Amino acid sequence: MATYLEFIQQNEERDGVRFSWNVWPSSRLEATRMVVPLACLLTPLKERLDLPPVQYEPVLCSRPTCKAVLNPLCQVDYRAKLWACNFCFQRNQFPPAYAGISEVNQPAELMPQFSTIEYIVQRGPQTPLIFLYVVDTCLEEEDLQALKESLQMSLSLLPASALVGLITFGRMVQVHELSCEGISKSYVFRGTKDLTAKQIQDMLGLSRPAVSMQQGRPLQTPEQPPISSRFLQPVHKIDMNLTDLLGELQRDPWPVTQGRRPLRSTGGALSIAVGLLEGTFPNTGARIMLFTGGPPTQGPGMVVGDELKTPIRSWHDIEKDNARFMKKATKHYETLANRTAANGHCIDIYACALDQTGLLEMKCCANLTGGHMVMGDSFNTSLFKQTFQRVFNKGYNGEFRMAFGANLDVKTSRELKIAGAIGPCISLNAKGPCVSENELGIGGTSQWKICSLDPSTTLAIYFEVVNQHNAPIPQGSRGAVQFVTQYQHSSTEKRIRVTTIARNWADAQTQLQHIEAAFDQEAAAVLMARLGVYRAESEEGPDVLRWLDRQLIRLCQKFGQYNKDDPNSFRLSESFSLYPQFMFHLRRSPFLQVFNNSPDESSYYRHHFARQDLTQSLIMIQPILYAYSFHGPPEPVLLDSSSILPDRILLMDTFFQIVIYLGETIAQWQKAGYQDMPEYENFKHLLQAPLDDGQEILQTRFPMPRYIHTEHGGSQARFLLSKVNPSQTHNNLYAWGQESGAPILTDDVSLQVFMDHLKKLAVSSAS
Amino acid sequence: MSVNQQAHAGPPYGQPQPGYQGYQQPAYGAQSLPGVPRAQYGAYNGPMPEYQQPGPPQGYFPSLGFPSKGSPVSLNSDSSSLAPNFIGSLRAPPTSGAPPPASGASHPSGHLAYSQFEHGDVQNGIPASAAPMQRPPASQPFLPGSGSTPVSQPSAFQQYGPPPASVQQLSNHMAGMTIGTATASAPPPAGLGYGPPTSVPPVSGSFSSPGSGLYTPYSATQGPPPTSVPQGLPVAQPPFPGQTVSTQRLPTQVPGFAPPPPSTGVGPSSYPPTTGAPRPPAMPGPPLPGQTLAGPPSSQPNHVTSPPPPAALAGLHPGPPMSGLHGPPPPTHPPQPGYQMQQNGSFGQVRGPQPNYGGAYPGTPNYGSPPGPPPPPKRLDPDSIPSPIQVIEDDRSNRGSEPFVTGVRGQVPPLVTTNFLVKDQGNASPRYIRCTSYNIPCTSDMAKQSQVPLAAVIKPLATLPPEETLPYLVDHGESGPVRCNRCKAYMCPFMQFIEGGRRFQCCFCSCVTEVPPHYFQHLDHTGKRVDFYDRPELSLGSYEFLATVEYCKNNKFPSPPAFIFMIDVSYNAVKSGLVRLICEELKSLLDYLPREGNMEESAIRVGFVTYNKVLHFYNVKSSLAQPQMMVVSDVADMFVPLLDGFLVNVNESRTVITSLLDQIPEMFADTRETETVFAPVIQAGLEALKAAECAGKLFIFHTSLPIAEAPGKLKNRDDRKLINTDKEKTLFQPQTSFYNNLAKDCVAQGCCVDLFLFPNQYLDVATLGVVPYQTGGSIYKYAYFQLETDQDRFLNDLRRDVQKEVGFDAVMRVRTSTGIRATDFFGAFYMSNTTDVEMAGLDCDKTITVEFKHDDKLSEDSGALLQCALLYTSCAGQRRLRIHNLSLNCCTQLADLYRNCETDTLINYLAKYAYRGVLSSPVKTVRDALINQCAQILACYRKNCASPSSAGQLILPECMKLLPVYLNCVLKSDVLQPGPEVTTDDRAYIRQLVTSMDVAETNVFFYPRLLPLTKADVDSDSLPAAIRNSEERLSKGDIYLLENGLNIFVWVGVSVQQGLIQNLFGVSSFGQISNTLSALPVLENPFSKKVRSIVDMLQGQRSRYMKLIIVKQEDKLEMLFKHFLVEDKSLSGGASYVDFLCHMHKEIRQLLS
Repeated sequence: MATYLEFIQQNEERDGVRFSWNVWPSSRLEATRMVVPLACLLTPLKERLDLPPVQYEPVLCSRPTCKAVLNPLCQVDYRAKLWACNFCFQRNQFPPAYAGISEVNQPAELMPQFSTIEYIVQRGPQTPLIFLYVVDTCLEEEDLQALKESLQMSLSLLPASALVGLITFGRMVQVHELSCEGISKSYVFRGTKDLTAKQIQDMLGLSRPAVSMQQGRPLQTPEQPPISSRFLQPVHKIDMNLTDLLGELQRDPWPVTQGRRPLRSTGGALSIAVGLLEGTFPNTGARIMLFTGGPPTQGPGMVVGDELKTPIRSWHDIEKDNARFMKKATKHYETLANRTAANGHCIDIYACALDQTGLLEMKCCANLTGGHMVMGDSFNTSLFKQTFQRVFNKGYNGEFRMAFGANLDVKTSRELKIAGAIGPCISLNAKGPCVSENELGIGGTSQWKICSLDPSTTLAIYFEVVNQHNAPIPQGSRGAVQFVTQYQHSSTEKRIRVTTIARNWADAQTQLQHIEAAFDQEAAAVLMARLGVYRAESEEGPDVLRWLDRQLIRLCQKFGQYNKDDPNSFRLSESFSLYPQFMFHLRRSPFLQVFNNSPDESSYYRHHFARQDLTQSLIMIQPILYAYSFHGPPEPVLLDSSSILPDRILLMDTFFQIVIYLGETIAQWQKAGYQDMPEYENFKHLLQAPLDDGQEILQTRFPMPRYIHTEHGGSQARFLLSKVNPSQTHNNLYAWGQESGAPILTDDVSLQVFMDHLKKLAVSSAS
Repeated sequence: MSVNQQAHAGPPYGQPQPGYQGYQQPAYGAQSLPGVPRAQYGAYNGPMPEYQQPGPPQGYFPSLGFPSKGSPVSLNSDSSSLAPNFIGSLRAPPTSGAPPPASGASHPSGHLAYSQFEHGDVQNGIPASAAPMQRPPASQPFLPGSGSTPVSQPSAFQQYGPPPASVQQLSNHMAGMTIGTATASAPPPAGLGYGPPTSVPPVSGSFSSPGSGLYTPYSATQGPPPTSVPQGLPVAQPPFPGQTVSTQRLPTQVPGFAPPPPSTGVGPSSYPPTTGAPRPPAMPGPPLPGQTLAGPPSSQPNHVTSPPPPAALAGLHPGPPMSGLHGPPPPTHPPQPGYQMQQNGSFGQVRGPQPNYGGAYPGTPNYGSPPGPPPPPKRLDPDSIPSPIQVIEDDRSNRGSEPFVTGVRGQVPPLVTTNFLVKDQGNASPRYIRCTSYNIPCTSDMAKQSQVPLAAVIKPLATLPPEETLPYLVDHGESGPVRCNRCKAYMCPFMQFIEGGRRFQCCFCSCVTEVPPHYFQHLDHTGKRVDFYDRPELSLGSYEFLATVEYCKNNKFPSPPAFIFMIDVSYNAVKSGLVRLICEELKSLLDYLPREGNMEESAIRVGFVTYNKVLHFYNVKSSLAQPQMMVVSDVADMFVPLLDGFLVNVNESRTVITSLLDQIPEMFADTRETETVFAPVIQAGLEALKAAECAGKLFIFHTSLPIAEAPGKLKNRDDRKLINTDKEKTLFQPQTSFYNNLAKDCVAQGCCVDLFLFPNQYLDVATLGVVPYQTGGSIYKYAYFQLETDQDRFLNDLRRDVQKEVGFDAVMRVRTSTGIRATDFFGAFYMSNTTDVEMAGLDCDKTITVEFKHDDKLSEDSGALLQCALLYTSCAGQRRLRIHNLSLNCCTQLADLYRNCETDTLINYLAKYAYRGVLSSPVKTVRDALINQCAQILACYRKNCASPSSAGQLILPECMKLLPVYLNCVLKSDVLQPGPEVTTDDRAYIRQLVTSMDVAETNVFFYPRLLPLTKADVDSDSLPAAIRNSEERLSKGDIYLLENGLNIFVWVGVSVQQGLIQNLFGVSSFGQISNTLSALPVLENPFSKKVRSIVDMLQGQRSRYMKLIIVKQEDKLEMLFKHFLVEDKSLSGGASYVDFLCHMHKEIRQLLS
């Protein structure tokens, strides 16, 4: 077992790939009986310190429908200078440059350790990165000030050659021209109007450049670098100008009458931003960064009317089909998102407000383009400030942790087909022989576009085993999958990363234990969760839960060891042991439960869940709980109400929140001020330890989590109490002994109850 | 002077009569026969009173002239007679036929003359015989008097006849006119006149012989004129002189009459002398025989009339006389001065001429060559037809010296060309309201019969001279102005307080309303409120009320208005330097925004927009370090991108504004954008005002046809081929109704648009002008704008336009006595219903002409009242009501109507009516309708008021004797008869311009002022005497100035002394004068200074800065200049004055037969 764990880990580190099954069932029928689909989590740009990119073009299979990249799995005839594609078995000539290869003189891509390899290719003009700020001015003075400062600060973080632009909006949308001296100039648009890209470009006077640029492949033909537009200027040139301009930004001057929301044209502004980039820099890396402090209240994409007496839609309204703007707004933003994605740009949304801001409607903008979505209470919080700053963080080699316009192409050996992908991507609609008719997630294609990604961006890719039961796969042969990711590096280079992996086939009837042992329950939990969340976007919550439950039960039935109708006999092997618990917490998570969450929050959580890597995803599903006490070193403890003890400090990381919770006694001690007494310095240290650990997490996470410091009985303690397994509630408090834990006032079932039911159902012969 | 006073009093009427009678008696006394004269007088008398005060005197004059005849001494007669003589001699040369005319002219010529022109004064004489028939009574008296030739006498009588009636025969007028011109200079009144007489003697003799002694005297006075006339009118139409003489006589007579009526101050003085001589009777008698007008061809009929052979083409008859007549005139210019003096009696002039026909000519001829046969062929002598110059001069001298006191109902004010002061004693000053007639027919039948339009030309915010006080502001407290309960008329001097002051009866609708307690006041024994003199609304004709919140839009007091400057920054505008010019100018101009009386700084806020295909708004908030520019490209759906900082106080934001104005020219210096939008610009301004919740004005500086894709986009649809077709009207109509709707929105918001156009080609003024026009704004057009030559004009216009007093968001309603009703309105405004005139902005130059129609009967006792109430927002944002009241008389006799008309106002109305007509009817139809209406007016007079006379005589009402010449000018104007050089845009521009003109502006626009600069007295402040607009009055050796309110031409004759050229232009010879000068060089010599001061003075009188054009004789530019010599035939086919007069005569005859 340990070997499998190591194998999995090793694979992840090398290739950024984790499969739900590491030994694949060899027939379609068996695969479906495995319940958890054959799928993987792929982190295309996983940081590889040890992977120097090669400076040449990859060698492609010559079959037009294949075009797989030469990889270590290919059979090579060194003498004939031929290689056989391991996906389509096409025999290919090596290009002239490879004339000198031999068994001892292999190119990197043929070496087994280079199952993942990155090529730097010289293609087309290099265009600088583009950052277009779209700033809401309907903010409180303080908020606006903080935002302005953040924006000004960000100028120093941008690559010096990057182009930057500014659009502000409120009741109107203003596109600022950046190159003028003595007078600040901007183009103003009515926020209520939905303009086509053509209109926008005409109005901005951009029509000509747009014409000279062949949409779709401007970068493949050598041509003049795009005319630098008046609205997008290199940072180094207009640094001062823009700083002043930002400094002079005023709150939206239009009067807001009592009882009304300010008129905010977010939809219009975004549309103009998209149109602007579409016209000037299609297919180059560009970020539209939307900063908004409230819901769009007018024009296309409005989410709520401007009357305060009508509150913004809640889940309740949505269920009752009572959200009158939602569909239209969603459609507007979807259209925008698709256009943006088609141009290879991305949209970040930084929404800071106490109330909802319409993330539900706008989520697709970030989801489909790989943009960030950040939700905070105010721009004047460190949560926003630091998160924003972190967008421009640099990686280990001093490069920005961002890449653009990625194109992920997945190739499979013929026993496999691609069912779909879930992640911050859109389909490129590349049909092919390896595309399955059954869709899971975004399917019907073998290629996806990921407009923006960073080293942690992770996609879930689902496969379907199509090998028929009666066509056994020769013993020892392996199934292979190749991921080809072409992208624009933050240095504006074009790069191609190719990852080729292979797994053994196994006959599920005869070698089930192999398959079972090679089950990656963590990956499987995340992959199933993504499917569930993906479904939740379009289906009713209870249906999704029911589906998840059924899958879990079926899995337990398949892989559990039990006597029929005897729940007590139920056992799961180690490789499955955690899986039900993940599912238990997933059911309770904000990804599937909308109770107590606003639609915006749900969208926000789901957004992050769909793009984080496995570790982070697991934290999201099942938060981590550490306990600090005088009884020993800090230790992870069960996410259970029984872990809440008076003499403990708890540190919970839910990904979105870091909660530090002081037990009852600790809190009393702290109030009494023991930590300030020299003789209780150890207490001081105890108090400090979780803070330090919390900081460490805060430092590395994006987006920055909400930091909550609370204590027993504090109002914020609800964040902890809502996450832990309610093993002790007001219903069973006395049954469980008063000594340990804190009761949770909830009717939710506890893990124990859940497991009991699961066992019962799994062993039931009825189902 | 005295006359005036009398006029006021009822007595005048009475007096006049006596006067006349008296005169008659003395002179013709027996002859005149009380019966006949009286009859006439009677008629006159009625009018007389009125006349006396205002213009009437003139009318009378003719009659006076007669009296003068009666007394041989009278200058007039002399003059008339003299004139012929002199003229004859003098002119003879020029005319060739001249000499003979002189002699022959008198009588025979008359006949002969006809041949050419009907006029042959002589003919008149001859016809006299026929005439007598007609006028038996009147003529008879004269006959005796005239003695010389019965025929002539009759003619004389006829002439007189007309005069009395106030009508003058055309011929008379003509003559008078000419004389008038001549005399004009002379004005100095009778006194001078007398002087002349002496010189005149001979003439007088002639007259005496013909007309009788009386004439002679007149002639004397006239004499001068005639002589002068000749000079002025070189035309050489002696006959006219003769006529003139007669007219003069009339005047002289008038004097007699006049005195009583006090008509004009001037009158009196001159009269006195004449009085003795003048015989009222004469008036009646002479139905303008000679008057036959020039229009030989058409006029023939006229001629016919005069000659017994009537029908026969006058030309033949007149022929002889005419020729003779002609002859004379030409020669004598020189003498004029002296004569002119005499002529002063404006009356004289006018009538003089007429009389001449009859008497003068006959007389003169007699003298010159008694045989009279002098059958010089002949044409109507321009000098003998009514002269605008003379009329103007006469009015000026008669009425210019005394203030015009408005206390009396139905007074006819002095002419607009006269400088006079007004004392408001209960009626609005003529600066605010002028009417076509101050005596309204009591019934609609009468009104229809006369065809005289009843209209008032109202200029509610007119600028007053500094000597006059502005309307007082009255505050009636929270309940607002006191008004009639039923018709809502505002408290005014005509409201009748009853029941001890507890109630008042409305003077308009007779409804009785309670006096609000706070307004109660006791009455004195005469029924007047005790506080009568303390309350402007009870004692003055014009005053203002402070409006309460009910009078405000949305029941909210308005904010101060805003000015938005919207500058075209397309390639043309930038390249021509216009943008830079405007920006530079605005920097200083912004300090002169209009402000309310005592305020330290203007309350008006300003905003700036530039545009080409897109619009640029500017944020110039005082707190900004630099201005912010906001571009709005969404022209299809215009909006204002900012609220705060767009409209700012000039002083607070000065640095930002200055910085902006510095940068605008730089920013667009390299523009390549040639396309512009237009409608969105207005929309932007409108939206800005809406957002700021205030009224205001947009100043748009625009250069080209808006062809960029946007609402209100226009295409070039200029098509000269449409001219003279049924589709011609489309050239005046807007291309699209879009602008009409936009204008409606603008009016609703109080957004007034002033448009400055700088076209290099067609830009469709007809369409672009819709919004400015309907919002009460102005259009200024500078075709082919060039910085060097046009910047002064533009900047002056801009300054004036920005600085002038203006009211916003105005609504005007005119209330009238029951019986008449305001039915039609002309001007720059919008009407959403049939009674309220709405104007987004109304400035001090804008005029609204209102037409009234009967809907019931009026009574002579109560007269007719007008109350014009204008609700507006002042430049400081105060809501006010300006009230103008005017009381008019009502009459049951048509003669009263004709005696109290004002031709200038009538022309103002007719021009506006016609100019509106071209929108819906072919131009030809409009022209014909105009001619027809005037013919009917005159025919009605002839039929009902004039004393019987030969059908061949053209008899014009005294007050309307200029109607033909002015009407001809209207008909020849660019709108109604475009020449080849007139563009479609020019026509549309002028059409709209005229629609807002006041009477003074239309007067000079249609009949330009022509001043002989070389005759100017460099030592005095006065202007040289104007001369008539005819090429034949120009001398090669002189320099002239012509102005029409839009242009100033300086015409330089080819043989002007080098010294003058050097002095004026600073070059040594005629050939070196540059005709591209846009201003006269500043030279330190008296002549240059004088001329420049004249130009400056003229510029100061007009609401627009006139373009100065130097025209050298025989240069190609002269064509343009000649276009403005409106008495001549125009290149575009417009008739000469003489021809037109004949044509009118024919029309009238047709109507009468």
